[in-house]
Amino acid sequence: MNPSYLLWVILILTIIGYFLGQNRAARVADGRLHRLHSVPSYHGIYVLLWAALPAFLLLALWVAMESWLALELAIAQLPDRFTNVDARALSLLQADVLNIAAGINTGRETAPEVKEAAEAYNNLRSMGDTAIFFVGLLMGLAGLRFALNRISLELRARNQVESVLNVLLILCSLVAILTTVGIVLSLLFEAMRFFTWVPPAEFLFGLQWSPQIALRADQVGSSGAFGAVPLFTGTLLITAIAMVVAVPIGLMSAIYMSEYAPVAVRSAAKPVLEVLAGVPTVVYGFFAALTMAPFVRETFGANGLGLDVASESALAAGIVMGIMIIPFVSSLSDDVINAVPQSLRDGAYGLGATKSETIRQVILPAALPGIVGAVMLAISRAIGETMIVTMAAGLAANLTANPFEAVTTVTVQIATLLVGDQEFDSPKTLSAFGLGLVLFIVTLALNMIALRVVQKYREKYD
Amino acid sequence: MTDIAQDLPGTVAKRRTPSRYQSDEFKARLKARYNAERRFQVYGALAIATAAAMLVILLFSICSKGYLAFWQTEIKLEITFDPAVLDPSGERDPNGLRRANYQGLINSALYEAFPEVSGRRDRRNLRALISSGGRFQLADMVVANPDLIGTTQEVWFLASDDIDQFAKGTLPCGVTHEERMAGIPCTVPEDSRPINDRNIGWYDQLYANGQVDFAFNSVLFTKGNSREPELAGMWGAIVGSFYTLVITLALAVPIGVAAAVYLEEFAPKNAWTDLIEININNLAAVPSIVFGLLGLAVFLNFFGLPRSAPLVGGIVLALMTLPTVIIATRAALKAVPPSIREAALGVGASPYQVILHHVLPLAAPGILTGTIIGMAQALGETAPLLMVGMVAFIVDIPQGITDAATVMPVQIYMWSDLPERAFVERTSAAIMVLLGFLILMNGLAVYLRKKFERRW
Repeated sequence: MNPSYLLWVILILTIIGYFLGQNRAARVADGRLHRLHSVPSYHGIYVLLWAALPAFLLLALWVAMESWLALELAIAQLPDRFTNVDARALSLLQADVLNIAAGINTGRETAPEVKEAAEAYNNLRSMGDTAIFFVGLLMGLAGLRFALNRISLELRARNQVESVLNVLLILCSLVAILTTVGIVLSLLFEAMRFFTWVPPAEFLFGLQWSPQIALRADQVGSSGAFGAVPLFTGTLLITAIAMVVAVPIGLMSAIYMSEYAPVAVRSAAKPVLEVLAGVPTVVYGFFAALTMAPFVRETFGANGLGLDVASESALAAGIVMGIMIIPFVSSLSDDVINAVPQSLRDGAYGLGATKSETIRQVILPAALPGIVGAVMLAISRAIGETMIVTMAAGLAANLTANPFEAVTTVTVQIATLLVGDQEFDSPKTLSAFGLGLVLFIVTLALNMIALRVVQKYREKYD
Repeated sequence: MTDIAQDLPGTVAKRRTPSRYQSDEFKARLKARYNAERRFQVYGALAIATAAAMLVILLFSICSKGYLAFWQTEIKLEITFDPAVLDPSGERDPNGLRRANYQGLINSALYEAFPEVSGRRDRRNLRALISSGGRFQLADMVVANPDLIGTTQEVWFLASDDIDQFAKGTLPCGVTHEERMAGIPCTVPEDSRPINDRNIGWYDQLYANGQVDFAFNSVLFTKGNSREPELAGMWGAIVGSFYTLVITLALAVPIGVAAAVYLEEFAPKNAWTDLIEININNLAAVPSIVFGLLGLAVFLNFFGLPRSAPLVGGIVLALMTLPTVIIATRAALKAVPPSIREAALGVGASPYQVILHHVLPLAAPGILTGTIIGMAQALGETAPLLMVGMVAFIVDIPQGITDAATVMPVQIYMWSDLPERAFVERTSAAIMVLLGFLILMNGLAVYLRKKFERRW
């Protein structure tokens, strides 16, 4: 029996419970509702919660535990010669049982005992599902009955409902924390497994990156080098190009918009920047690969300036990434420029400074910390950007500072290492988590510092 | 400002000659300053113009390729539904009808139309005029209407992708269609183009006979993915995006709004709530691919949820958009003036009644706007979905949230990688559709904000 049936039953119970509770409260009050502590609808919700919550928690627990519990029990039935093996063989056995249970052909000869275990697994699950259905139904009915019996004039239904609501709100606000914890733990856990193969020092300071691992030891390119420095330099190169494009254009347009632009220009330019900000990164990636890369090759390559330009040059990806970040820089700098008090401007004008002198010598120095913060946020954005570089930058891990050569970045490697089916016990796959950890730490640090800088600066003028 | 005041006297005395208004030096200096002023303003205008130009180039380069994909070349052939081929037993059994040799019908129609073509190689080239989906089209026709057997019908077939591209003029030939009809051959050498002179000759002959037409490309909007460009559609990806967004919406909005209400209205100001707040701000800036790693490690590997499913994609995107929803909701709640809360409290409402009955309804437009913007972000997101396996080649239209599916941005990513030229215009068309959805969503958000905006 599918557990989702129980969900429907719980849903029906809640609706019934709500109306029963409301009616019971009205009957208890005998028509004079003011005698009740809470209005009848709170009694309805009170019954509803009693009917739904225990059964729902049971269901959630079961769904979370079901496959693990059934697997453990099924394996426990197997004779000792199957279970008295090392961890690796055990996990293989578990996978076999699961695959056979799901009806997938493992392609190997399996012992009849394993087949029996798979059957037992399926039986346990379906038995458990049925049992949970009835237990859940019983719990729902019992909760409903219990709550109905408690309804009286004095029952503080509203307070109880509100305390449940309070718990729910707190749980929801914890989701954000749990997400961070989940990110940190999953990255750390998998990265630790990676570091058992490759020492952290070799990973962080090695100059050679070729994650392909050969199946045989004598195969060509079997080294599997995991030195991430070429990825870091590649990321920095593309980020630097992006910043060279984005910071001047973004900053100047923010200055122009907040200090010079007539209303008509501003109302036309704002949507332009908003659209640029809203274009999905995959579209920028397509643009970079199909329009910008050929353009760069034409302009700087053999037909243009005669330079040696790779078809997936860092320059093309960097320029397009810069375009993507323009609105980000512009809106952040707009904020900080607007936060500079008008009195500073008036003071400069009063001394006879022109507008541009005021901007360059008063406003920009005053807004500098904020602008630095904005640029740091933009850098962290560029480092974490994936699609543009995946589509327009290469896979070759070159250690170079030449913008016309192909480089690869941290995010490109994560994306390519983890797309498709992977085995989670090879350093090749797990190295993606090592890279992810570095990426997470770097962007987090940049953000923390930038937010601190921006905040501190804002407080100065408030 | 103190340091500027300190070095003012010294520097001014050193650098400047004493000002005499109207002196030549003064005039020159003033002119230079005004020129600098104008230059600075021009730089600003140039910056805006560059950004706008980039947007125009981006949109133009995509639309100029993509609009072609909305039309498709079709070729008309006279098909004889030969009973001996289709239904030799005369039983009209649907299974038998579906398995009959429809390709043979198309081939014989082609050989009939071009009787002069002989030789294996030429005949193979000739057969390649028509899309390989033609036989399924015929099978569907016959199964739906078995009475066709024994008749001769004019049927429009999709042209193969090379012919389609040639007809649209995106494959190089060097001369225009009219010139070719007048007998001028292609100027581009034959070995540097994918279709040869014979193919072009056949196409021109069909065109002259009125057997070529351009029809709206309904395949693109109604079918799933395919390896053949002319049979590839994005409906599967649109449905996948829809399911994914439903999951995202169902998770991110209730959780986000509840978290925002708690933090804004009920949370005590202490280190714990500070931690939650810092955490939310940082989460908003975590690279999206890291959320993909989280989804892979936690939801796929730890909880064992199905790969490639909109369920997992939706959960990951929900976690990613959660900060956006929380921040927007908090701003909306802050905008509701305290007098509303005080009035409600004053007439005896409990704090929760104040929020549920008064503050939330008043903040709803702001929450809605923030939600739509968050959803638009989620709709355009690609990287985390690559990590949870939504990048599979899926032909079928997904039927539920646990079916393998892909989404629009990932479809664009996958198509952009394919070598066939015809996929370039389809990728661009998919981008146009995606941008259309995004503009629609953002426009809705702007409209709602304008309509319900309330100044207190």
